[in-house]
Amino acid sequence: MSKSDDVKEVRGISAVTLRPGQQGVISSIEGDDALRRRLNAMGMVRGISMTAEQTAPMGDPRSYTVMRYQISLRKSEAEKIILEV
Amino acid sequence: MNENHRTITVALVGNPNSGKTSLSNQLTGFRDSVANYPRVTVAKKEHVIEHQGWTIRVVDLPGIYSLTSQSPDERIGREFIQNEQPDIVLNVLDAGNLERNLFLTTQLLEMGSPLIVALNMIDEAHDQGITFDIPALRSMLGGPVVEVDSARGKGIGELLNIIVAVACGRIDTSRIDLPYDSHLEQAISRTQDEIAALHPENLNLRQSRWLAIKLLEGDEEIAQQEGDHTRLIQAVREDRRALARQHGDEVDTMFAMARYGFIHGMLAEARRMPEETVKHGDVNRRLDAVFLSRWMGLPLFLGLMWVMFEATFTVGEIPMDWIDTGVGWISDRLDSLIPAGLVHDMLIDGIIAGVGGTIVFLPNIVILFFFLAFFSETGYLARAAFLMDRMMHVFGLHGKAFIPLVIGFGCNVPAVMAARTIESNKARLITILVSPFMSCSARLPVFILFAGAFFAQAAGTVVFAMYVLSIAVAMLASIFLSKFVVTGASEPFVMELPPYRIPTLRGVLFHMWEKAMSFLRKVAGVILIGSIIIWFLQAFPQNVDWDQDYDGQIAALTEQAQTSQRDEHIAALQRERAQEKMRKSYLGRIGIAVSPVFSPLDFAWQDTVAILTGFVAKEVVVATYAVLYNQGESETEESNSLRAAIAGSMAPLTAFAFMVFALLYAPCIATIAAIKAEAGGWRWAGFSVAFSLGLAYSLALAITLVGFLLP
Repeated sequence: MSKSDDVKEVRGISAVTLRPGQQGVISSIEGDDALRRRLNAMGMVRGISMTAEQTAPMGDPRSYTVMRYQISLRKSEAEKIILEV
Repeated sequence: MNENHRTITVALVGNPNSGKTSLSNQLTGFRDSVANYPRVTVAKKEHVIEHQGWTIRVVDLPGIYSLTSQSPDERIGREFIQNEQPDIVLNVLDAGNLERNLFLTTQLLEMGSPLIVALNMIDEAHDQGITFDIPALRSMLGGPVVEVDSARGKGIGELLNIIVAVACGRIDTSRIDLPYDSHLEQAISRTQDEIAALHPENLNLRQSRWLAIKLLEGDEEIAQQEGDHTRLIQAVREDRRALARQHGDEVDTMFAMARYGFIHGMLAEARRMPEETVKHGDVNRRLDAVFLSRWMGLPLFLGLMWVMFEATFTVGEIPMDWIDTGVGWISDRLDSLIPAGLVHDMLIDGIIAGVGGTIVFLPNIVILFFFLAFFSETGYLARAAFLMDRMMHVFGLHGKAFIPLVIGFGCNVPAVMAARTIESNKARLITILVSPFMSCSARLPVFILFAGAFFAQAAGTVVFAMYVLSIAVAMLASIFLSKFVVTGASEPFVMELPPYRIPTLRGVLFHMWEKAMSFLRKVAGVILIGSIIIWFLQAFPQNVDWDQDYDGQIAALTEQAQTSQRDEHIAALQRERAQEKMRKSYLGRIGIAVSPVFSPLDFAWQDTVAILTGFVAKEVVVATYAVLYNQGESETEESNSLRAAIAGSMAPLTAFAFMVFALLYAPCIATIAAIKAEAGGWRWAGFSVAFSLGLAYSLALAITLVGFLLP
């Protein structure tokens, strides 16, 4: 899977599909500028790892551990974060 | 900064939840809201202190993650640093989470104000085994770095000394430029050249570099500022396009990655961290597994809310009795001390009755704020937003709106102001417009009075129902507003969940103390004036054109032999006279004039008057009743409590409709002013008044009609 890393959609999965406790390394963030900048400012850039944690009782949002802190993301936002597992 | 100009302006900047507000309090010896919840500082606050003969002006800026122009908070922070040019920018960081906290620092470095870096919550970091090589950090950041712990007051003296030393020029803060890769650097210097040509006046190299970076990052606000310089904008656009094509990343992401690269390099050298610090995260995980769990999360949340309300009302009863007795004692003392006359009446019937009738509710407010302070200091308040987001989302709101709305239970003014932490314009405006429906602590006295007077057996339940109704109305109103009034797309919900912390007793108590004080200030100010105005309106005109000669009749009766029948007759005449006096006072005339509007709701003119005065502040409603009914009572043999006095004045159904009306009708003057400021203009403030009045009237009418139709 690392042979052709210039192809954009390598074997990435979105952060939404992480199982609880599973970790992945951010490879890209899709979506609009506002979301990307916000996530960038909170430590989410390529190469940073994130771990899925607790899902809220009503199924959304979900908390993740990034850079030694916890962040809450809605599904619609987490699915824009593409990870390599 | 020279010696004869001995004032230093220090801007406090830091991430939300970095302990910035508590550091500010430690620095200034003044306490205000400190909470383990992101973005407690909703507007910039200022304190002035003296140190070593210097006057230090500490400006506490809102907590922010970056200096883009994405949210009003970020704009406030950036504009302050840019336009006011503070002598020192004091950057507060959570020492346990420097990776993310230093991102803001890298942007501050580029802005060019002298920077002092404070590693806060250092004890917590040390407890986790994290240590720092401070000299190394100093040389890499090119300025002073201080370890502090704002919760325990550690390092504060050193920090103040360094502030003065920097202001004197004894410590150098000429910092480094953050290095970017060669392509970015080339683009920066090209843009800088363009800028230098356009702004030959007074832009130094650091300023033009910052401007160039912001433009290349695609900052909309800076692009707008420079919007006239088509050539510059065009060149930047081309550079951005070329860079993105070359690297496969957006340019702002390239800058962000370079910043994190710098941060990681720095921390690799200057931070020692044992492997097992992960343990710290485990505690959080275990607690989250309970508090956020699928099955227990919501029941626990509702349970905690219920405990909060029960404690507020049942425990609050006890000190309420003490205050009631105390106010009665003062009133009696003054009654015998001061000779009868206008001053006597104003003091006892106006001021003591009005203010005393309101302070009685202080215990309830203190207890309520004890719980809110406890939740926010432990980190639970953020979890509450997390739990509620899915539901809030359904109503067109953010989980983040949950916090302003919860603050609204205390007071709508900070609630409206706290809404500015929501980036999305749409979600923010809706939150501002619905937060006045949250039942604030000023409405609590009204509910307690009415619930106690009309629904004594189920007082707690009725008050709780008011709170539930206030939430329901806020939610339904926000659906309505997002569908029909404030339309547009919604924005991302990205929220930090701060680590669970054991709250400090001091922190909780001060938080509580502060709220109690602000409530008392309201009593002293608005309520005092309100009480005097109401007393004046009901005491004047002094010479009433009586329908019958009460004094003559009473005098004639007194001449007769004493029988129980005669005494009853006298008492009845006295009550009639008191009533006529009220009816013919200015207040009564105004009340009667507007009462036809409220006649479908069965409200009496006393109620209309109370509603009118409630515009000043909702707790004045209680003061109004106190003055209105005490006046009539004072002439009879015994002085009943206010509850007993109003108990017979209306049917329970009408009382319930009145409570609902009081809950929803127009926000108080202070809230209207806050809405005007936050939503940007009288248009929304006016809308809010009309919207809530309409809603209150319709709902109260619906209750009256349904109650009328039911057996």
